[in-house]
Amino acid sequence: MGPIIGVLFDGFAYGMLLFLLSVGLSVTLGMMNFVNLAHCAFAMLGGYVTVTLVNRFGWPFLATLPMAFLAAAAISIVLERTLYRRLYRASELDQVLLTIGLAFMSIAAAAYIFGTVLQPAATPSYLRGSVVWFGVTFGVYRLFLVGVGIVVTLLLVMTLEYTRFGQQVRAAVDNQRMARGLGINVDATFAIAFALGSGLAGLGGALAIEIVGLDPSFALIYLVYVLIVVSVGGLGSIWGSFVAAVLIGISDIAGKYYVPQIGAFLIYLVMIVLLMWRPQGLFGKR
Amino acid sequence: MSDSSLTPHSYLRAQVRWHPLEYLFWLATILPFVVFPNYLSLASQIAITALFALSLDLILGYAGIVSLGHAAFFGVGAYSAGIISKYGYGDPLFGLLVAAVVTGLFGYATSFIIARFKHLALIMVTLGLGFLVHELANSAHWLTGGADGLQGVRIGKLLGIYDFDLWGYTAYAYSLVVLFLIFLMVRRLTNSPFGLALRGIRENSVRMPAIGAPSDAHIRKVYTMSAAIAGIAGALLAQTTSTVSLGVIDFQRSADVLVMLVLGGAGLLYGGLIGAVIFMVARDQFSGINPQFWYFWIGLLLVMVVMLLPNGILGGLSHLYRVMTGRRST
Repeated sequence: MGPIIGVLFDGFAYGMLLFLLSVGLSVTLGMMNFVNLAHCAFAMLGGYVTVTLVNRFGWPFLATLPMAFLAAAAISIVLERTLYRRLYRASELDQVLLTIGLAFMSIAAAAYIFGTVLQPAATPSYLRGSVVWFGVTFGVYRLFLVGVGIVVTLLLVMTLEYTRFGQQVRAAVDNQRMARGLGINVDATFAIAFALGSGLAGLGGALAIEIVGLDPSFALIYLVYVLIVVSVGGLGSIWGSFVAAVLIGISDIAGKYYVPQIGAFLIYLVMIVLLMWRPQGLFGKR
Repeated sequence: MSDSSLTPHSYLRAQVRWHPLEYLFWLATILPFVVFPNYLSLASQIAITALFALSLDLILGYAGIVSLGHAAFFGVGAYSAGIISKYGYGDPLFGLLVAAVVTGLFGYATSFIIARFKHLALIMVTLGLGFLVHELANSAHWLTGGADGLQGVRIGKLLGIYDFDLWGYTAYAYSLVVLFLIFLMVRRLTNSPFGLALRGIRENSVRMPAIGAPSDAHIRKVYTMSAAIAGIAGALLAQTTSTVSLGVIDFQRSADVLVMLVLGGAGLLYGGLIGAVIFMVARDQFSGINPQFWYFWIGLLLVMVVMLLPNGILGGLSHLYRVMTGRRST
């Protein structure tokens, strides 16, 4: 019984990480149908901000997390205003090319500045180690991750459900033209949502260092997982992303634990089969 | 342009006629034998990559199917040619045939999935299929050698006469002839009513069935053909280098070929070829710098092309040509 709970817990913690990384992409894709393959580059940026601040400037780990969020959000606003906004009505091929170009550039820049080595984990001692409850071992860091994931989810849901901004976002996701017609400034709403989503990705990137490590290839490797979560969960749905991230997290950890020889094969198969069954995702409306 | 006044038949016939620049282009492909005999291996790699880009052009430039996993077919072709040569069937042409049939069947099977999706879901599905095949090749160690690469590839003599020499004379001649023959087929295809139907699907896939051209059937056909051509390109690479590694099938290769095609200009037939030449020569020249940094310039180039040259280098040049000769662009 112990191992099963352990695998489920680890998978859930991993799912929380995937959720943080992917929820921003889900919302922005749902609003603008903009295919942003550079999303994980923002996450990587957050990771490098945290590593640099902790290792070089001696900041406490927890204080670097808001900085990771802010840095990713700030860069994303700059890119959104200068490049992305010109392509909202372009074909998805152009969007794919622009954003994959940005992802390539971010990978090369990270390799140039920080080298291609795996960055040392920046977590403080009080987040390391593990505790034993009822005979099952829980990693302290993973408990922390689950806590952060749940808090962020609740904050997001509250924001979307109970604030004016949230209503505007939901209106724009449901029907962009109608929202414009009602006088909602969809472009501004989108810019803020985009910055928030990229910031969350930055936070996710900072939190991911302890679990999966950080090197320049992060921007491409985790992009695939994020896209899987988004397309399985359905565009523009927070709960969809949450459920999909937990599903993918648990099945990935369980797959690696019980059948290591098939590797990541299972995840891709699950994704294709789910898309065949429901092309709009599990919770997608369109 | 006065194209609208032409009948469909005369329009197609006018398209089929060869432009003088096209003769020049194909004559120039013979130059490496005379001018750069030391670079024939590179030239054969370029020809192979150009063929791969041509196969992507067929689905992306003409039918508008964005694929991020096209290396799956390249890789399956390379592995099938490599694996049969390991078991004694090392004749190059037979290898090409087997690779084309295997990837064609694989492409036909997946085309049923592809034809169902549009937009983001399509990108995801092609990406997922690419990773799926990569994982399969990685984990099927008994068949493919996994991360160690395929061991024991033995390629026979071309037509039983020409050995694959160290300098790459045979390799380049072989790749170039295959590229040229397939190019002729693709050129004929894209200037046929079928090619026009594909362009119609690219422009509006909902209206095409309404005027009696079934989109799904056309997409399945062209996807199968494209897969077979990509498989032939893969087989060529396996045969001319006598090695097959996981690199033939990874995401980087899918991304690279997309970059080349877009750089040259998609949907223009020569775009992929020009893009492949520029990309491969540049990579060879800059091979001194770390490949990680090389991708910075690729990324920058992509951003520039999307922002400034929507139809790639070739599209930009032909626009310039039309402006210079006083004709307005269409």
